[in-house]
Amino acid sequence: MRPWPSLYLIVLKQLLFLALYWVAALQPLPGSAADQLTGKLVISGSSTIAPIVSEIGKRFESLHPGVRIDVQTGGSSRGVADARQGLADIGMVSRAIKDEEKDLHAFPVARDGVGIILHKENPVQTITDEQVIAIYTGTVTNWKQVGGKDAAITVVNKAEGRSTLEVFLQHFKLNNRDIKAQVVIGDNEQGVKTVAGNRSAIGYVSIGTAEYDESQGVPIKLLSVGGVAASTKTVQNGTFPLSRPLYIVTRTPPIGLAKAFIDFAQSKAVHDIIKQQYFVPLGD
Amino acid sequence: MTSSNSNTSSRWATDHLLSWFLWGTAMMAGTIALLIMVFLVLEALPALQHIGLVRFFTDSSWHPAEGLYNLAPMLWGTLFAMAGSVLIATPLGILSAIFCHYYAPPALAGPYRRLIELLAGIPSVVYGFWGLVVLVPLIGEVHPPGPSLLAGILILTIMILPTIALMADASLAHVPQHYLRGAAALGLPRWAMIRRVVFPAAKSGLFTGVILETGRAIGETMAILMVCGNVVQTPSSLFDPVRTLTANIALEMAYALGDHRAALFVSGLVLMAMIVALIVSAEWISRGRIYD
Repeated sequence: MRPWPSLYLIVLKQLLFLALYWVAALQPLPGSAADQLTGKLVISGSSTIAPIVSEIGKRFESLHPGVRIDVQTGGSSRGVADARQGLADIGMVSRAIKDEEKDLHAFPVARDGVGIILHKENPVQTITDEQVIAIYTGTVTNWKQVGGKDAAITVVNKAEGRSTLEVFLQHFKLNNRDIKAQVVIGDNEQGVKTVAGNRSAIGYVSIGTAEYDESQGVPIKLLSVGGVAASTKTVQNGTFPLSRPLYIVTRTPPIGLAKAFIDFAQSKAVHDIIKQQYFVPLGD
Repeated sequence: MTSSNSNTSSRWATDHLLSWFLWGTAMMAGTIALLIMVFLVLEALPALQHIGLVRFFTDSSWHPAEGLYNLAPMLWGTLFAMAGSVLIATPLGILSAIFCHYYAPPALAGPYRRLIELLAGIPSVVYGFWGLVVLVPLIGEVHPPGPSLLAGILILTIMILPTIALMADASLAHVPQHYLRGAAALGLPRWAMIRRVVFPAAKSGLFTGVILETGRAIGETMAILMVCGNVVQTPSSLFDPVRTLTANIALEMAYALGDHRAALFVSGLVLMAMIVALIVSAEWISRGRIYD
């Protein structure tokens, strides 16, 4: 029976210390500067934005050692629901904000743009939405049928769960089950290499990747969609149709730590993170 | 007698220590294997409960976002790619070892062996990249689209060839010299000696080589992911794209949630079951017959 009281004492001491520490942390210190931010932010929602936000979170934590940022995924609707119910401080939503969600405060952090790519030597210059749908559902199987050479089309699709696939399906109102693909790829680079190595392939990848590779001399070309040229510029100003905004949302106007984080996520200091994840940062 | 007594561990502290150390490492290796199994089962359990094992083989297709989880086409993809590559690589590997031992001049055999060893050390992603930029476009010229079961089989063959070639080489080296001298003294021609004396004597090593290469063919992921096309379908020709179970996990794991994620762990379980089946059948085939 001897060891127990001393153990209790230690635990009690620890608890007391923790409680004091916590109270101290809650007290806004007089004249607290930005580097004295402490506390924990819970962020949940879209798995598309989660990788960017968690990278931004890591950088924010390294700037403010007293801050912990916890990023959880579960889809845009969960982001909205968690932010509303206060289960999360910030929600992540990878689509336009709906009318019934206008009660939330939404802050855009980046845009997601998807470009359709062909091999550079493919003579087809433009392609209509209807033709894309026909090619991807297998009703058009030869480039001859859309004004190209006589060659069977190789349809390159993305693996399930990728955000580019989601944007693509949503824009063309397709169901992944209806797509008749010859190649299924994982990441964007693999898509670019597949199309670059096959003169009769058509694929779609994130615009940032395609633009970069094209500028490096990889033999691919980006097609315009709905008459709008595919580039990070047109994604940035929102005119390119195959794109979507990425938001973080809060229930109440953000203050304190949440505000500092949102300001940081919208600042130029994180543009490199956004580009690294193949998204398009917002205009300056 | 005295010398063997002095070898028992009770006398020597170092032996005692070594014995404990070996116990420890052996336990660790065993525990890790067991923990991986337990982890796989635990992660796959939600899918097995919500979806049920039967639906993984009877659903109409693999579209996890829409709640359809048919693994069978990918199982076929894995089996076809494995069978094709093992069928090509095994004779090639064994013949290469025979060439090295009994036909090649020593000046050639040494460098040749080094080359095969080098082949074994090349990372799989390099093979995959080469397949993607060279092999796949070539196949595409002959029979579009290019990424196909054939590309997968060829890449896998190149990858597992060194495994069987080196294993065969090692087991041929272990055939006792007096067998060969005996055969030579009987005036047997070289090929007859290889067929009637060397093969039976080296059987167990060759068989182990086949098991090892088959295991590698089942488990290979990166290269296969890059050249196979990854379309979920049961292939009807060599030029059809296929997706293997390993490629399925690598492609979708990064973005999978909930039941989808658990379903990918079921793919892992199926792979594990294939490996277990391979080992069990190897044990069964070799039971008492291989060391005669």
